[in-house]
Amino acid sequence: MEKTFAVKNLSLVDNQTLEINIGPQHPSTHGVFRMNVVLDGETIVSLKPVMGYLHRNHEQIAENMSYTSSMPYTDRLDYFNSMSNNFGYALTVEKLANIDVPEKAEYIRVIMAELTRLVNHVAVIGFLLNDLGAFFTPVLYAFREREKILDIFEDISGARMMCNYFRFGGVKRDLPAGVLDTIKDVVKKFPSFLEEFEALLTKNEILCMRCQNVGVLKPELAISAGITGPMLRASGVNYDIRKIDNYSIYKRFDFKIPLGQKGDVFDRYYVRILEMRESLKILEQALKDFPTSGDIISKKMTPYLKNFRNFKPPVGEAYARVECPKGELGFYVVSDGTPQPWRYHVRAPSLINLTILEDLCIGHKVADAIIILGSVDIVLGEVDH
Amino acid sequence: MALAQNISTVDDGLKSELGKKGIVVTTLNELYNWGRRSSIWPMQFGLACCAIEMIATACARYDIARFGAELFRASPRQSDLMIVAGTVTKKMAPNVVRLYNQMAEPKYVITMGACAIAGGPFIDGVNVLRGIDRYIPVDVHLPGCPPRPEALLYGLMELQKKIDGQTIETTEWYQKGLKREFPIPEYGPKGLIPKFNPEIWNPREEDHRRERYGQPILIGKKTKAPNLDAPPAAPRPVPAPAATAPTSPAAS
Ligand code: SF4
Repeated sequence: MEKTFAVKNLSLVDNQTLEINIGPQHPSTHGVFRMNVVLDGETIVSLKPVMGYLHRNHEQIAENMSYTSSMPYTDRLDYFNSMSNNFGYALTVEKLANIDVPEKAEYIRVIMAELTRLVNHVAVIGFLLNDLGAFFTPVLYAFREREKILDIFEDISGARMMCNYFRFGGVKRDLPAGVLDTIKDVVKKFPSFLEEFEALLTKNEILCMRCQNVGVLKPELAISAGITGPMLRASGVNYDIRKIDNYSIYKRFDFKIPLGQKGDVFDRYYVRILEMRESLKILEQALKDFPTSGDIISKKMTPYLKNFRNFKPPVGEAYARVECPKGELGFYVVSDGTPQPWRYHVRAPSLINLTILEDLCIGHKVADAIIILGSVDIVLGEVDH
Repeated sequence: MALAQNISTVDDGLKSELGKKGIVVTTLNELYNWGRRSSIWPMQFGLACCAIEMIATACARYDIARFGAELFRASPRQSDLMIVAGTVTKKMAPNVVRLYNQMAEPKYVITMGACAIAGGPFIDGVNVLRGIDRYIPVDVHLPGCPPRPEALLYGLMELQKKIDGQTIETTEWYQKGLKREFPIPEYGPKGLIPKFNPEIWNPREEDHRRERYGQPILIGKKTKAPNLDAPPAAPRPVPAPAATAPTSPAAS
């Protein structure tokens, strides 16, 4: 414990408090994250998150390279859903430079983004249960499904995790033959997996006892703190950028937005399960109307695929956001007419969702803090970008 | 007291002949190494993206348990192998070295991914350590970004080969009085102090990078901010297509 800090409201605390460090090497902190916790017995009196163990200068590196070159770096922001991150960045630069996206590319993008959502939610629920004490078994189930989707990504982009598949104005290459059938197959079989998962978990007494009424997030606090994504929706606030912004072609699909009632850990878990079902709906519709022919990248951008240093968006600024599985992922890019952006900023949902950790944890036990952190769903690459 | 060197060997032909009859002949060394190599316990310790691939390796499809390394321990005291999976930043490096010091001998290190080896894609970052081998000795390097799970399995097998080659007489941690503590760097005002551990790593004496890769492309430092408030039709210093009025959705 290098640093001590003053506890507010000393009269409440008595002298019997204990200050402990959880992390940075701790199996439940999802990476390198440290919580400085003050305990009274086993109850949390105050909690201070310490970040920055994975600060990798993402923004500054991106400001020193051409627009296309920072696409692979966005993969490494939130390494569970590289495709969504690509999506956000591609949208921003398209807005900046006024690029249209052909129809087929839009469909491919939506399919990829929704598959990513499945990957992310499945893994998050696995890790949440891991934090609950079901050591590693749920992760085995979750990763079994994840591998199937990663196989699709590998066929399409050549890499399992770091896909780097999107380009401004489209995608890098066309879908290889047979992949659509694989995707259809996965989408068809996924609900049975979800049912298996749910039969084991949703009405499980231990899970309910541990998760219900723990870490309640009030909608007012969630809105004022800028929380987005499944966390916000679990608190009952109807806010999904897919519906609000109607970016890409989400307008064409018929899907609902699952909302929670209480905003506790259980709601956050269940909203994710329901969101996966909605994602499957979108996927089914997208696969049904998938255009058989067409360009995959806009004509305007084709010359820049090889010579991407010649790509100079006009002076201006743009902010675009996507509903990535963790929340609102936004990119803000300012161009000064040169091949490198003047300013590049990421609005990382994990970072902003993490800011209210203390409010959620105070008054709970240490073991609850771990599952609250698990339900917030952070990825350290994004928190510390 | 110096121990006599053990030079006795078992004839391979005789060994397999006896093996057919159900008699196992082995040396203590082999038996011991067999035990050690088949139960390497890695530390459950992920730093960044590569850690996800490490978890994927532990899961059902790749199943690192086939090689006896499935038991991820959360405590450094119980683990034999540290898989440095991910970017080591300068803030994290002291902790990594401290964890390594806390592990019990014999201990091994696998660096997984370009970041842990040399900084990887983030090498330009001011806050990224250019390779953990500056502070701790590394046994196996696994390049890739991220390395596939198969690569991690291969790295583990390479490590097993290395363990097989070690003998009780010569390997240093069986000798008396071994004390391997690596100095923990401190975070100073200009990065880590010391910059590297000279017992383990030294910078290359001559630098051939310039001849090999040519002059690096230097990006001039930008000092002039773009004028975003200028009306879109106004002439600009940069050669922009002046006719297209709605160049920037500035009011986003
Ligand atoms: S090598 Fe690549 S995948 Fe691994 S931690 Fe570094 S950036 Fe992430």
